[in-house]
Amino acid sequence: MEMLWFWLVSVMVAIYAVMDGFDFGAGILHLFVAKTNAERREVLGAIGPFWDGNEVWLLAAGGALFLAFPRTLAAGFSGFYLAMFLVVWTLILRGISIEFRSHVQDDLWRAFWDRTFAMASMLLPILLGAALANVIRGVPLDNSGYFNIPLFTDFSAKNPVGILDWFTVLIGVFVLVTIAAHGALFLAWKTEGPVHERSRALAKPLWAAVVGLWVAATFATRTVSPEIYSQFPGSFLAWLFFGVYLAGLAAVFYGITQQRYLLAFLGSGAFILGILATTAACVWPVMLKSTYGPAHSLTAQNTSVGGYGLRVGLVWWLIGFPIVIGYFTLLFRIHRGKVKAAAEGQGY
Amino acid sequence: MGDPLFWHRLQFGFTVAYHYLYPQLTMGLALFIVVFKLLGRSSGNEVYRDMARFWIRIFGINFAVGVVTGIPMEFQFGTNWARFSHLSGGVIGQTLAMEGLFAFFLESTFLGLLIWGEQKIGPKLHDLAAWALFAGSWLSGYFIIVSNAFMQHPVGYTMAPDGTFQLARFWTYLLNPWAIVEYLHNMMGAVVTGSFFVTAVAAYWTLKGLYVEHARKTLQVGVAVGLLASLLVAFPTGDQQGKLVAKHQPVSLAAMEGRFQSGTYAELNFIGQPNLAEQKLDNPIRMPGLLSFIAYGSFSSNVKGLNDFPQEHWPTNIELLYYSFHIMVGLGTLFIGIMGLALLFLWKGRLERTRPLLWVLMLAFPFPFIANTAGWMVTELGRQPWLIYGLLRTSAGSSHLVHAGQTVFTSLGFAGLYIVLWFLSAFLILREISHGPTATPAGH
Repeated sequence: MEMLWFWLVSVMVAIYAVMDGFDFGAGILHLFVAKTNAERREVLGAIGPFWDGNEVWLLAAGGALFLAFPRTLAAGFSGFYLAMFLVVWTLILRGISIEFRSHVQDDLWRAFWDRTFAMASMLLPILLGAALANVIRGVPLDNSGYFNIPLFTDFSAKNPVGILDWFTVLIGVFVLVTIAAHGALFLAWKTEGPVHERSRALAKPLWAAVVGLWVAATFATRTVSPEIYSQFPGSFLAWLFFGVYLAGLAAVFYGITQQRYLLAFLGSGAFILGILATTAACVWPVMLKSTYGPAHSLTAQNTSVGGYGLRVGLVWWLIGFPIVIGYFTLLFRIHRGKVKAAAEGQGY
Repeated sequence: MGDPLFWHRLQFGFTVAYHYLYPQLTMGLALFIVVFKLLGRSSGNEVYRDMARFWIRIFGINFAVGVVTGIPMEFQFGTNWARFSHLSGGVIGQTLAMEGLFAFFLESTFLGLLIWGEQKIGPKLHDLAAWALFAGSWLSGYFIIVSNAFMQHPVGYTMAPDGTFQLARFWTYLLNPWAIVEYLHNMMGAVVTGSFFVTAVAAYWTLKGLYVEHARKTLQVGVAVGLLASLLVAFPTGDQQGKLVAKHQPVSLAAMEGRFQSGTYAELNFIGQPNLAEQKLDNPIRMPGLLSFIAYGSFSSNVKGLNDFPQEHWPTNIELLYYSFHIMVGLGTLFIGIMGLALLFLWKGRLERTRPLLWVLMLAFPFPFIANTAGWMVTELGRQPWLIYGLLRTSAGSSHLVHAGQTVFTSLGFAGLYIVLWFLSAFLILREISHGPTATPAGH
């Protein structure tokens, strides 16, 4: 049961990365691919109906973590205290920029929100990537089961660790570029005209950078957390998801070359989902690694709640999840085809 | 002031009180949008449809701030109340996770469609979106209230050997009698906020002689719903809530009323200042026997005073608790008076010409926000010194490794950010109001 919930949480985090990833990517790129107000509204029109629902995956994943592994949530959230609030504040600014931008027809007003939107969209993937890297590298969990680390120390990735060091920043940049590349494919798929052309042109160099950073990140992970690869060879799930993400990467490059951008976008979704799921398979059952040795790590087994709560949660989750899939199917059906920018005063 | 616990409480209290300014209007307006859509459909009158569209525009702005200020609340369980989250996640994690899956996805999906507009998606789907927003926002409220009710009156749990609380009976937890009463009381409070807001805009238009037909129809709906909600928030929901407090948290009741000595024929205090040093209420204006009657249904019942409880069980801020309660009850009574009078004048067909009353209706809209905030302060201060009533003390629930230097930093950050958000949302909402109900979007 703990394993099932470990995977529910992991998969929801991965879905969050894929779904919110495309609207983050659009936000990272929009200053470069959309120059006029009409083009910016085209980008916002493409993500506007989705972004809020995409973000709910983060809350849903957090909720599942809270329900099933409250001790992990408690230790992690309070341990990363300052970084958590940077994430929260950036999420606030980002949401507001999307929702408030088009309400006032004024160049300065819109320029302000466009830049806020871009900066928030860039900062968040770096922060969330660094958070993931902290989980891989480990945190100074001791007997109390808690820790609290500063934003940075000496950037060495060794005790005393900080949230930002060479490894976590590297992973943050890897995530940033991957999300930008993911967004480029989404925009290439959903838009036409100049925005489509510019996104298309950016997709190839961005994906080349993703591959480069992916290799760098893999080797860096080996240095910082060598044990992570030890259970890879024997784990069926790790191989399965490794296959998913390699196939995704192949689909990305094939799609770009053939100008089939839906295929490329789905490929990039599979890449992101696969790489996160492979990581989950490699770290299982550890949820929060301790830099003081494995005995202090928080795992799915030593932090899960009782079986009754997990069983009840599974029942309603199995009812709720198909409904949510239905919502997203409805949204993508209604907004199918290339996006049309809404008239002034309507839509996003 | 260097006490981390103080800052954890201040930060959570501030961010949640600020956040709830928005959802209470969201939940109230959601009801009005559905009502205006229904009236528009049944009467075929375009005025009602204009009003539905107008309130959707304001709803969208308000909802956005509600969403973004709600995210920190989810995070702060873990960041600021780590030990509480660890101990109780097995129980309240259920409803917080359910809120995400069953309410937030519903709301976010259909908000996009509602904003996208009728022309794009057709009137049928647009009506469905309005209903979905109504259902989603009211459902969301229930999940949060169940989580809160567990902290007020824990049921359906067991304590594991390691000291954590585990879910034992799902339906007992989900249908906590405290949650049901608290929910109904809270939702009626939200409708009061919504109806005073709607009515204020209509009164403003009437006073200015603008959009006469829209203002007339809005006044009718706003005042009728407003009186009904103002009555329901007091009776039976508020009354039942009070009886629950009297039964399960008698020490909170004593503090809410500034009552130090026990005794029969307990008086209800209307005005007065609790004096903790001398353990009495200064300058009281009171009605004997009424508190006994309200709390236990008989004028002669004995209502315990604070002195009958050990001091370590007293709420930690008795003065603020006392005033919060009296502000809530005082304003609630006033709301019944204002809306009752307005309905009387409406009945006689004179409301549109009675300018003093229109002025009152126009200026009264902030007070339900105050009353709702005060009500939540009663709930949360009354529960002190407990985080989970009788089970976990507030001082044992905070994140003990997070020091004041961190919490003061984030509290100040929120203060700055939220002041900006407040001005922005007020600016955009006032702007929509000044554009009026017939503004064609292209005419911006």
